[in-house]
Amino acid sequence: MTGARRLPEGGRIDRGTSLAFTFDGKPLQGHPGDTLASALLANGVTVVGRSFKYHRPRGLVGFGVEEPNALVTLGPGARTLANTQATMVELHQGLDARSQNRWPSLAFDVMAINGWASRFLAAGFYYKTFMWPPEAWTAFYEKVIRRAAGLGRASHEPDPDHYAKAHAFADILVVGAGPAGLMAALVAGRAGARVILVDEMPALGGRLRHTARAIDGSATTLWLEATLQELESLPNVRLLPRTSVFGAYDHGIMAAVERVSDHLPAETRGALPRQRYWQIQAKATILATGAIERGIALAGNDLPGVMLASAARAYLHEHAVVGGQRPVVFTTNPSGYVTALELMRAGVDVQAVVDPGPRVDNETVVALHEAGVQLYWHSTIEQAKGRGRVQGVVMADDVGGRREIACDQLLLSGGWNPTLHLTAHQGFRPHWDTKLQAFVPPADVGDITVVGAASGRFELENCLADGLNDAVALCRKLGFSAKTPTLPKLQENVPYTTTACFAVENASGGKAFVDLQNDVTVADLELAVREGYKSVEHAKRYTTHGMATDQGKTTGVVGHGVLAEILKRPVGEIGTTGYRPPYTAVAIGALAHHHRGQGFAPVRRTPLHDVQAKHGAVFFETGLWHRARYFPEAGEDMAAASRREVEAIRSTVGIADTTPLGKIELMGPDAQAFIERLYCNGFSTLKPGRARYGLMLREDGMVMDDGTVWCFAEGHFMITTTTANAAAVMSHIEFYHQYYWRELDVAYASVSEQWAGVAIAGPRSRELLQKLVDKPDLSDTAFPFMAVAEGRVGKVVCRIARISFSGERAFEIYVPAGYAADLYDRLMAEGAPLGIVPYGLEAMGTMRIEKGHVAGPELDGRTTPADLGLDRMQSRKKPHIGHALRDREGLLDPARPVLVGLKVVNAKHRLRAGAHLVPRGAEPIQSNDQGHVTSIAFSPSEGRYIALALLARGTDRHGQEVDAVFPLKKERVTVEVCAPCFVDPKGARLRG
Amino acid sequence: MRITCPYCGSRGSEEFTCLGNTPPARPADDAPVAAWVDFVYLRDNPRGPVTELWQHVQGCRTWLIVTRDTRTHTVAKVELASRATGR
Ligand SMILES: [Zn+2]
Repeated sequence: MTGARRLPEGGRIDRGTSLAFTFDGKPLQGHPGDTLASALLANGVTVVGRSFKYHRPRGLVGFGVEEPNALVTLGPGARTLANTQATMVELHQGLDARSQNRWPSLAFDVMAINGWASRFLAAGFYYKTFMWPPEAWTAFYEKVIRRAAGLGRASHEPDPDHYAKAHAFADILVVGAGPAGLMAALVAGRAGARVILVDEMPALGGRLRHTARAIDGSATTLWLEATLQELESLPNVRLLPRTSVFGAYDHGIMAAVERVSDHLPAETRGALPRQRYWQIQAKATILATGAIERGIALAGNDLPGVMLASAARAYLHEHAVVGGQRPVVFTTNPSGYVTALELMRAGVDVQAVVDPGPRVDNETVVALHEAGVQLYWHSTIEQAKGRGRVQGVVMADDVGGRREIACDQLLLSGGWNPTLHLTAHQGFRPHWDTKLQAFVPPADVGDITVVGAASGRFELENCLADGLNDAVALCRKLGFSAKTPTLPKLQENVPYTTTACFAVENASGGKAFVDLQNDVTVADLELAVREGYKSVEHAKRYTTHGMATDQGKTTGVVGHGVLAEILKRPVGEIGTTGYRPPYTAVAIGALAHHHRGQGFAPVRRTPLHDVQAKHGAVFFETGLWHRARYFPEAGEDMAAASRREVEAIRSTVGIADTTPLGKIELMGPDAQAFIERLYCNGFSTLKPGRARYGLMLREDGMVMDDGTVWCFAEGHFMITTTTANAAAVMSHIEFYHQYYWRELDVAYASVSEQWAGVAIAGPRSRELLQKLVDKPDLSDTAFPFMAVAEGRVGKVVCRIARISFSGERAFEIYVPAGYAADLYDRLMAEGAPLGIVPYGLEAMGTMRIEKGHVAGPELDGRTTPADLGLDRMQSRKKPHIGHALRDREGLLDPARPVLVGLKVVNAKHRLRAGAHLVPRGAEPIQSNDQGHVTSIAFSPSEGRYIALALLARGTDRHGQEVDAVFPLKKERVTVEVCAPCFVDPKGARLRG
Repeated sequence: MRITCPYCGSRGSEEFTCLGNTPPARPADDAPVAAWVDFVYLRDNPRGPVTELWQHVQGCRTWLIVTRDTRTHTVAKVELASRATGR
């Protein structure tokens, strides 16, 4: 029987309503207003988990985000949520929680044997024990360690919940709605500033909710209610409970996560997101994050029943729950005294208050004395004893005497740590305050104003005063006329004093834990120092102290204090480790919010999507685009369909969607001069009505992109880019014009989405197109190869060029995007008697490889025009981007890999893009590497697999054989090197 | 991070792309290769203020010169690239 129970009255719970929940399958009851932690305590459950390394039974230590022990797994199936702090879970009907890290049961855990073997599991255990041989890591060590050590297990199913994201802007963000934060929000709200007040707990008030003290002569609750009511009534104040600010980023940006519906049973959440990720941009932030109490390392301090004094106070006021009937309090500061007194007043029989420091008389001490509580100064608790839970403590008094005090709970307060994490995220190093025995933020923390306990001013009266005064000053700085209200009046003011006490030595040999969640003991830190890990950063990593999911909120500073004692140096001198976001664990789903599935990669469809689907297209993703890949007829696979499509184009006619190509319109007197500088080949002779292929370089002489330049009239052009580089080329053009060549009189705009169209390719393409196109005349004489014109299809304007990617007579035609589907349909209808086929990217790719046209795989940012056999295109007469560096020695090296064609020697063999080229029979090692295969296709013309490749000295090696090796698949295929053009090398079909 | 675009006002840095530090002045067309190599490849990497080229790609598409402190990410100045000197 444990002493944990619900008191008959008090607390902010709805006793009229019962909520049924289960813990490890056992049905239990709680009330609205409970957390899982308070409901467990109310049901007498004091063992809530097993420890990480030694599998020791553990109980509740804290009340909120500081809780190190009570990690549970919630929810069934895909909603399984491991490593959740029971203190942060609001109870709801049907909640299903399971303890972790125990097998077969929480009460009897086989792995607890680790406790007996614990001398083998000391600091640096991982580094020492599993050093050798390396193969054993994956085969053995990792599996064993993962089974023995570890917390909850995640679900392997996709997250069924959805998450939202919101941006918020404010004049003042107040983080923390305790006394300081509430006061600050009230002042700023009244001044008319746009205020956002955020608090991680479900109800605002912070530690004001955990005190019996009176404000302005009446219960705190009344002041709190009035304040919250006023804040809610102010339209310029937004209150965000259940919201944790987890990171402070540049320029005052704060990231927060709001637990929107975690507290509701899944079936009642409706359309609500589970959580919402907030990016909050405020002109200034008031940090009122309070402080977290820390424990004291002493033997047996991990027994269930050892709890922070502040947590006992919180459970008492919030839930009317106590963790024991006969607690002993061990405290260095007023927190323990106040807790003892409030528990006494609630009918709990406090056995003793033990303080390592000197006697300080104040109203609380007097009241405790009058209530008959034993008070010991200059004394310490050396050990907590008990089997499975606290049953007594060993006290060492001021004259060296030792005595045992029977009790069922040990409440600890080793002092308070300001919650300064958000200041440290911004790089402001905390400093050690000897008087407070705590790290506090420095005076200057940029745009952040730290108030109340977060700045080390722990007394309630100071929290209220800071919130008020600092908010008034900040409002005035931001231009709001803030009035200074009168400070609420308080009684029983007790100034904060404390005694340094991080660990208590004892001879029992029992483990004294510094970090409960990662099972790090005082002895581990001593060992780390003996082995040379003397800096806090090294000792932390060697022992894993402060590296668990709680990030050492209650224990980090204890570890620094213990380390300082071992090293016999002041804590301030050894410093603290860094604090990094997130402050508390954040669901990856919340960070991803809408950016998952289609929200992560939105689908781009061309205006021809549906009409191609109607004609049987199979689509696939290229970047964000969904493009038609092939158009199978009954019984055809992709290879058969695209082969048929290629053959049809080479004999009659086919059409394909070319809409995704980038299209940029340039106009102005200097448009041609601009184009001349953008491309490496000459454009000064390009005349209206003509198009020209163009190659764009980067300044380093490498090819950046290729496309065609269409000249409609003097000073009026449209250029096309590759699909992949459409956005990059646009930015490139904007950059060179805005930054370098602003004197050029040219205007440009992306028209990629305005014009949609098709390529019409094949010997009968002209015949087909002319049926629809009223203007221009497409005859070979009027509209030869590389002619362009603005024309008409009925009443619709169009742009036509006679250009070819396939090597056949071909046209590209674009119409305003809304007319494209109609054009496609009409081409299909008119082309039917000619045997028209719709074709997709596979056929397009095959034909361009057969023709040796380069594309993305060849334009990989490492190839020059010369590498691609396009050297002759480069103009030597004009300056252009890349002209100066293209002729560097290394780029002219004849041994550079250059573009070649490849055919498999054995027609039955396949090729794989990415295969490396080595001499025949040579080992597939780097020193034999002579290049690689860039693009492959099955060539209907050749009747076998062909490829484009980059091969060292390739131009001189046509006719030779090399091996294409793909070591990952253990493949080796012999290929013959040839010119990179397999069809109509003279271009007769092209020109018609 | 926030960047104040001269046209659009204070905006989140995710609306912008960064090209890198402002290069030294672009050499004359007939400058020796060495000058071009410096221009393309050599950049200082100071601890402190740097000038960088950013484009407001998801806004007005203007190219900007942003003076940013690499220690604190403080943005001291944002200018239009089209007005910049020393290019
Ligand atoms: Zn802008």
